[in-house]
Amino acid sequence: MDTYRTSEQTRTDVAHIGKSVVVKGELSGSEDLFVDGEVEGSIELHDHSLTVGPNGRIRANITAKEVVIHGRVDGNISGKDRVELRKSAVLAGDIVTQRILIEDGAYFKGGIDISKDQTPRREQQAGHATSTPVTPVTTPSSSPVPAAPASSTRG
Amino acid sequence: MANPFSRFFRGKSSAENQQAVQGTDAGFRRSSGLGELTRLLKGSEGLAILDLGPTSPANITHFTELGHRVYNEDVLLAAQNADYKAKDANGNPTIDADHFFRENLLFRNVKFDAVLCWDIPDYLAEPLVKPMVERIASVLNPKGYLLAFFHTKDAGPDAPYYRYHINGLDNLRLQRGPQFRLQRVFNNRHIENLFHDYASLKFFLARDNVREVLVVR
Repeated sequence: MDTYRTSEQTRTDVAHIGKSVVVKGELSGSEDLFVDGEVEGSIELHDHSLTVGPNGRIRANITAKEVVIHGRVDGNISGKDRVELRKSAVLAGDIVTQRILIEDGAYFKGGIDISKDQTPRREQQAGHATSTPVTPVTTPSSSPVPAAPASSTRG
Repeated sequence: MANPFSRFFRGKSSAENQQAVQGTDAGFRRSSGLGELTRLLKGSEGLAILDLGPTSPANITHFTELGHRVYNEDVLLAAQNADYKAKDANGNPTIDADHFFRENLLFRNVKFDAVLCWDIPDYLAEPLVKPMVERIASVLNPKGYLLAFFHTKDAGPDAPYYRYHINGLDNLRLQRGPQFRLQRVFNNRHIENLFHDYASLKFFLARDNVREVLVVR
C-alpha cells in the first residue's frame, strides 16, 4: 500500500502543494512539505521532510532532512537523514544522504553518495540494513520492447 | 541430460516467452567474474562504481555498504527512447548514436573504478555498442575494471533478458526483465576487438550459455 499522505488530517500538519499548482522559483520553509504539483527552481527545507506525491514533477535541487519520492524528480537531492525512492519514483540526479531506500520498480539515473559525517559508523550500518531492502525490481511499465532481428556486429 | 544451468540463457519458444512474466525471479547463478571483481576491490573504500543495468536496490546496497559511491544508468532502457530513432541512407530504421550520446553516459567530474556492464552489449542496438565501450573507457580510471557477460551462440536470439542483482560475493539473483531481443553473439575475437583500447581481458567460462569477461582499463 502506498504511504503518501492524502488525508485531510495530514494536510493540516503538512504544507501541501496540490497537483494543479505550478511553482517556479526558490521554495524554502520550516515545516514538512508535500508536493503533488510542479516545482521548478530549488527546494530547501533543511530540518524538515519533503514528500513528492505520485503526481509531483520537480525540476529542482532539493535539500531536506528526509526526502520521499513517489513522483518524478530531475535534480540533485541532499537528504540529511534519509532518502526514499518509492516504486513509482523516477529520479534523474545525484543523491547525498546517510540512508537510502529504493523500492521495487523505482527508476534512478545518477550517483549515490552515502555521507558519514554526522552519525557513528555502527549506527549508519544498522540504518542501511533496515532501510535498504533487497527487493525484486521491475522496469517502469512504459519501457517499450524492441523487435530488432539478431545480427552480427562485425564479420 | 541437459545442463540445468543452461536453461537460464537458452532461448525459449515465443509461446514460452509470452508466458514468462517480467519481474519474476529466475533463480541464482554463480559468477566467477563478480567473485574476481569482488576480490580485487576488497579492502578499498570510496571507489566509484557504475552500474549500467536497471536500478537494483541489491546492487546499490552491496556497494554502498562497502563504502563506495554508486552510479546507475540503465543504458538499454534509455536506448528505447523514441527520440533516438532514425533512418539510415537506405531508409532502414536505426538509432541516432550522436543524439544518444549527447544525452546519455555523461559523467562530469567523476572517473570510475569499476563498471558493471552485464550483458548489455548483446542487447544494445548496433550503432551504440562500440561508442558505448569507448565512452566507458574515457571515464574509467587506469587499472579500473569492467565486468561484462556475453552469450554464446547456443543461446539463440530469444535468449531472455535478465536483470542481475548481486546476492553475495560471487552470486547473482536473476530476475526476468523486459523482452529485449538478443541482437548478436560475440565470439572471443569480437570481444577482444571491442575492448582493444583496454589493457587486458580475462575470460571466465561458465556452465551456462554465457561467457564472463573482466576487462582492465
